[in-house]
Amino acid sequence: MPVAQRILVEQRGWMTRDEFLALLSIAQVLPGPNIVNMALIFGDRHFGWRGALSSLGGLMLAPLVIVLALAALVRQAGEAPFVLDALRGMGVVAAGLVLSTAARLVTALRGNRMGPLVCLGLVLATMAAVGGLRLPLVAVLAVLAPIGLAIAWTRLRP
Amino acid sequence: MTELLLGAQGWSPLAWAQLFGHFALLSLLAIGGAITTVPDMHRFVVGERGWLSDSAFSGSIALAQAAPGPNVLFVAVIGFNVAGLAGAGATLAGSLLPSTLVAVAAGRYGTQRAHSRALRAFTEGLAPVTIGLLLATGWVLTEPSHDRWGTWPLVAATIALMLRTRISPVWPIIAGALAGMLGWV
Repeated sequence: MPVAQRILVEQRGWMTRDEFLALLSIAQVLPGPNIVNMALIFGDRHFGWRGALSSLGGLMLAPLVIVLALAALVRQAGEAPFVLDALRGMGVVAAGLVLSTAARLVTALRGNRMGPLVCLGLVLATMAAVGGLRLPLVAVLAVLAPIGLAIAWTRLRP
Repeated sequence: MTELLLGAQGWSPLAWAQLFGHFALLSLLAIGGAITTVPDMHRFVVGERGWLSDSAFSGSIALAQAAPGPNVLFVAVIGFNVAGLAGAGATLAGSLLPSTLVAVAAGRYGTQRAHSRALRAFTEGLAPVTIGLLLATGWVLTEPSHDRWGTWPLVAATIALMLRTRISPVWPIIAGALAGMLGWV
């Protein structure tokens, strides 16, 4: 994302900083990856669906080829025990990477109008339902998302 | 060659459609990004279908995080390991198609409503849910290593590195591969 900002705003001058932030706030609320959503909306705004498709392709194609080539290499190594051990170890670090994103979001919770107790309750309920009980995500979100939305909506009353 | 295209388990249209359908559904639920739907991908691919082992599932995601490009590409690696390139196509198209249509539609609807009360309620109300999903994802990814002594120290070290330095995630992932081969995690 910082790279996207540097190129789009500073190097090419395709949008202003404010336009970038407005686009980012929309992209974050939508389902799907933020950077992908941004590329789609930006491409669509300038060149219609062709622009959306080409910015999506430009963003994804080369990295997709690289990552699938890596996966194929790992596959070639087959079921060798050291490969399985390495994958397991990499998975632990992947968990750390995801948890560091969570840690960053926790800092952002400070300004949340729902207050620390409600927030903590929602965090724990989501974690227990999805990570512990392994309930389907559809069901969990169908219950917890409306609760969060309703509380936030009433607290944001102007 | 066939294994590269269609995967080791052979190809069935029904399984392919189920893979596509499940990832398409999750695409619409990915409020905090595709990574927040990892526990449900695991529930489906590893638990319900048994298409991948725990380690192969966690490893797929780690591999994608080590490679350049948008993080969402991890879904292509999961699909590839389930059913070759056909599987990668199913999971990637499933993950991108619905959210793509929504994004383009929302982009046309306009950005001037970005600060409305409804949008703010959406961001603030769902922030804790997103954090809960990320914590669950962390738990699921460490699943194959829960009983090894090095797991939680390595997780803690990774978090500290990511928060305190600007180091590329490639390095801790390589360290993780070594720690795995040494049997620490």
